[in-house]
Amino acid sequence: MIPLLRQILRVGIVTEPAPPADETLRLTTQRLSDAVARQIGRALVIRHVDAGSCNGCELELHALGNPYYNLEAIGIKFAASPRHADLLLVTGPVAKNMEVGLKRAYDAMPEPKLVVAVGDCGCTGGIFGESYASCGRVANVIPVDVAIPGCPPTPLQLMQGILAAIAPAQVESNPGT
Amino acid sequence: MRFLDQPIEFESLPGHAIPVFAARTTADELAAFCHAAHAAERRLVALWGSDERDREPGAGYALHVAFDLAEGLVCLTLPTAPDQPVFPDMSPAFPAADRMQRAVRDTIGATSEGGDQRAWLRHANWPEDYYPLRRDTPDARFETRNEDYPFVRVEGDGVHEVAVGPIHAGIIEPGHFRFSVMGENVLRLEERLGWKHKGIERRFVGMALAEGARLAGRVSGDSTVAYAWAYSQACEAIADVTPPPRARWLRALLLERERVANHLGDLGYLGNDVALAFGLAQFLRLREDWLRLNAKLFGHRLLMDRIVPGGVAIDLDAQGAEAIIDQCHAIEEDVRRLKSIYDEHAGLQDRFLTTGRITPALARRLGIIGLAGRASAQRWDLRCEHPCAPYDELKPKMAIERNGDVAARALVRFAELGEAFRLVRKLIVDMPAGELRRDLRSAPDKRGFGWVEGWRGDVLVAIETGADGKIRRGHCHDPSWQNWAALEHAVIDNIVPDFPLINKSFNLSYAGPDL
Repeated sequence: MIPLLRQILRVGIVTEPAPPADETLRLTTQRLSDAVARQIGRALVIRHVDAGSCNGCELELHALGNPYYNLEAIGIKFAASPRHADLLLVTGPVAKNMEVGLKRAYDAMPEPKLVVAVGDCGCTGGIFGESYASCGRVANVIPVDVAIPGCPPTPLQLMQGILAAIAPAQVESNPGT
Repeated sequence: MRFLDQPIEFESLPGHAIPVFAARTTADELAAFCHAAHAAERRLVALWGSDERDREPGAGYALHVAFDLAEGLVCLTLPTAPDQPVFPDMSPAFPAADRMQRAVRDTIGATSEGGDQRAWLRHANWPEDYYPLRRDTPDARFETRNEDYPFVRVEGDGVHEVAVGPIHAGIIEPGHFRFSVMGENVLRLEERLGWKHKGIERRFVGMALAEGARLAGRVSGDSTVAYAWAYSQACEAIADVTPPPRARWLRALLLERERVANHLGDLGYLGNDVALAFGLAQFLRLREDWLRLNAKLFGHRLLMDRIVPGGVAIDLDAQGAEAIIDQCHAIEEDVRRLKSIYDEHAGLQDRFLTTGRITPALARRLGIIGLAGRASAQRWDLRCEHPCAPYDELKPKMAIERNGDVAARALVRFAELGEAFRLVRKLIVDMPAGELRRDLRSAPDKRGFGWVEGWRGDVLVAIETGADGKIRRGHCHDPSWQNWAALEHAVIDNIVPDFPLINKSFNLSYAGPDL
């Protein structure tokens, strides 16, 4: 137990004001927190569905939970069921084999059913495109509110995209604050 | 040249990064070779099909089977009839062949004689006679349908089924697990995968070699370096180009960085799955530090598109080299401390030890490979077995454990982290100067193979060009093909709540084998 506590003390809280290289990260964290507080009381719940990605986007979504980005600390968390979710985060082109599953997850969500398509594949179908096995971009299957490009998008871009989905007016009127 | 005392004459394919031999066979010869390879305790590496009907009048399809022999990679090609093509069932000797054979049926329409005949990649969402890898199959779109897959039923008093997926309760790739359980104990697990099949192999057809690199790098995002390197090896064999020494050293540097990033993440999640959230926070912090340095020095956190046919698209200056060395020391120190915390943590060890066990004998029989294989005493690592440059000079030390449980798979990761830190340092200190990339021009009607030990296991890429020098057939083989079948055995007699932990300890790819 003592080595464990010592390690926690040694590392400290890395989510706190960051070194200069991480300045943009800290600002985004603040923006997101403010927007979430105003819109839905710091309790945005996300359900993620991988509809056919290469798994690159999932790696960066996982990073959102690391101590640097610490998404949960500002009120945003991932849920296990679409019935608990305000926002559906979809990665990948929609594989034909996942089309039914994705539609069912969407149908199971309560309103307002926000949808964010993640990555170049989610936005356009990416390098996989449309074929016998791929429906292409997410918007070909369910309505999409925000599309976050990138292959994969960085955790920072992911946070900015999620922010755009819940507070588009604030982002537009106060860029960079 | 002959192998395993079999009457098949192989030719050595020149220009490859690893020794590669190929031969055409008959069905009987292939079956006999398969048994001989099994008896000699060699491995089946991959199995795939191709359409050869447009080559010459009367030609049919072909089945390609790659084995690992002491001499190198050995690829046998079996031509089949144009009508009702069949090939021998290799699953009795190599159980992992089963799903690969089903995928050949789904994509080419050639069928194994015997063995499981259920569809694998096809989920009733396109017609049974729509074979995407036949060369005369047109592009098409079909109505999505719902499949009623015939799972194997376990019957008896008190047996019930638990169905999980394809969408799982977390940020995870899709797959379906059907557990037959009695109380809490798992009697049987049957996997249904293929949900992410998005037609990658058909997508390769007609691409220029340079263009295909991006696609190969997106077969499985967590192994993008391994795929890009294997793909580049295949292209370089086709074009008869040897990448410059500095490029090869930089490739190994990227591959080891990919290994470290994945092992750091896995060790964190393994802690998390036994309720030690401390472990997740600590290891994900280290992983993030590692990825940020990737972005800073090489322009991409996951290192996609940094390895290209002919060489690399990055370089490393003295400052960058110093940053890597410094970070290696810092992270190695943290990993050492965290390992001692994991070692001493009674609750964690209680959950890790004896959970999800694959004995060495079972691992041998199932043909488990890569990291999970080494945790069950399967002494095989491509970097040691058939080392391509610069691994022949680096001489990596193989990590081996015997217990085959979650604890063993964690220990292999710890050992490989330590070794990777050593390799990274050595790569940087000894890196030769010079050019980074050679021009690469495709050649018509040639085959090339690439074979790389990624963090999960060995990745094989086989590329064949057509008369126009464009890709005629591109096959990417993920080590998860072999190890998914092993996971079904690892959970038997474990309790259902331990499944996530066991699954994480293997951390197999869904995207890779779904293609």
